[in-house]
Amino acid sequence: MTRAALVLVACIFWPLLGAPAQASEIPLTERKSGYELMGPDIRAMQDDDTTNPAMFWVLDGETFWKRKDGAADKTCADCHGDAAVSMKGVAARYPAFSPARGRPVNVEERVNMCRVEQQSAAPFAPESKELLALSAYIGRQSRGMPITVAEDEQTRRHIEAGRTAFHQRQGQLNLSCAQCHDDNWGQKLAGAPIPQGHATGYPIYRLEWQALGSLQRRLRNCLSGMRAVSYPLGAPEYVDLELFLMWRARGMPLETPAVRP
Amino acid sequence: MARALINVPPRVKRGEIFEIKTLMQHDMETGFRPDNMGRRIPRDIITDFICKYNGEEIFRAELHPAIAANPFFVFSTIATESGTLTFEWTGDNGFVASETAKITVE
Repeated sequence: MTRAALVLVACIFWPLLGAPAQASEIPLTERKSGYELMGPDIRAMQDDDTTNPAMFWVLDGETFWKRKDGAADKTCADCHGDAAVSMKGVAARYPAFSPARGRPVNVEERVNMCRVEQQSAAPFAPESKELLALSAYIGRQSRGMPITVAEDEQTRRHIEAGRTAFHQRQGQLNLSCAQCHDDNWGQKLAGAPIPQGHATGYPIYRLEWQALGSLQRRLRNCLSGMRAVSYPLGAPEYVDLELFLMWRARGMPLETPAVRP
Repeated sequence: MARALINVPPRVKRGEIFEIKTLMQHDMETGFRPDNMGRRIPRDIITDFICKYNGEEIFRAELHPAIAANPFFVFSTIATESGTLTFEWTGDNGFVASETAKITVE
């Protein structure tokens, strides 16, 4: 879609979005994954591991898991063993608080911490094929498990920071995340249904991207649509927002790797 | 080597029509996109896909730049004999990939 078209759409939707000052949160029982708003063909793509293109990244991730790397010449499996056992449920509780960093980290950042500290290797670049593949492979081990990020004295401050960001109007269009995803989900934006914005399937294979991408890439997508300044990839502000989104999706099953339109 | 995901039923009844699904890992770079320096990224796509059933060609497709990354084909054929389905993809820059699947006809 062109920028002009987006602005036009935003203008049309303006009266609709302008009304409530503080968005009301979606009741827990009324939450819906983006999966439920997709057509049957894209659902079928996600449901079958032989038609889900994200499985290429999962299979590559399995290869990287078993590949020796770095000055330490260690594989992920040397420490963690079989990912089907050791990584089961891990992605469902991330972002998690890292005492070393003093803030929450997401799966991608955790992988890079292992690379630097355990493998003595250079960290993978954000959105690199290797990092997405390992994140997808780790995420796949928790598919179907309920999302359970920790809500305690260490994370609460960051969940609140994420909540503030979610409700913060920003960008030239002066929109907040909540105005679309809490107040107007299920309605159409330029012909496409607005989802509730639950981050249940990341990293996702997005048909528009024709590739796998992280939640941060998706957040940048929304931010640029709002004409807001994006944070650099890997910024802690994103992780706070990711943590809030996962807290908001608590109890919903993890779909990683999901397919989205 | 690029990965392929093949979905063929392991057993089918003789004379029955069965479905074959293939998904091939490929970026399908169109040749029209500029990189972040404004230079055109050269075309790199799969150009041909052929499926053979016990050596006999049953499906062929020509691919063009408008086809999305990781091309996905679904087609069907009639079960005649037990044997092997072979799948071949060829493309730009000497890209060649092949895969096989066994099928039992009862």
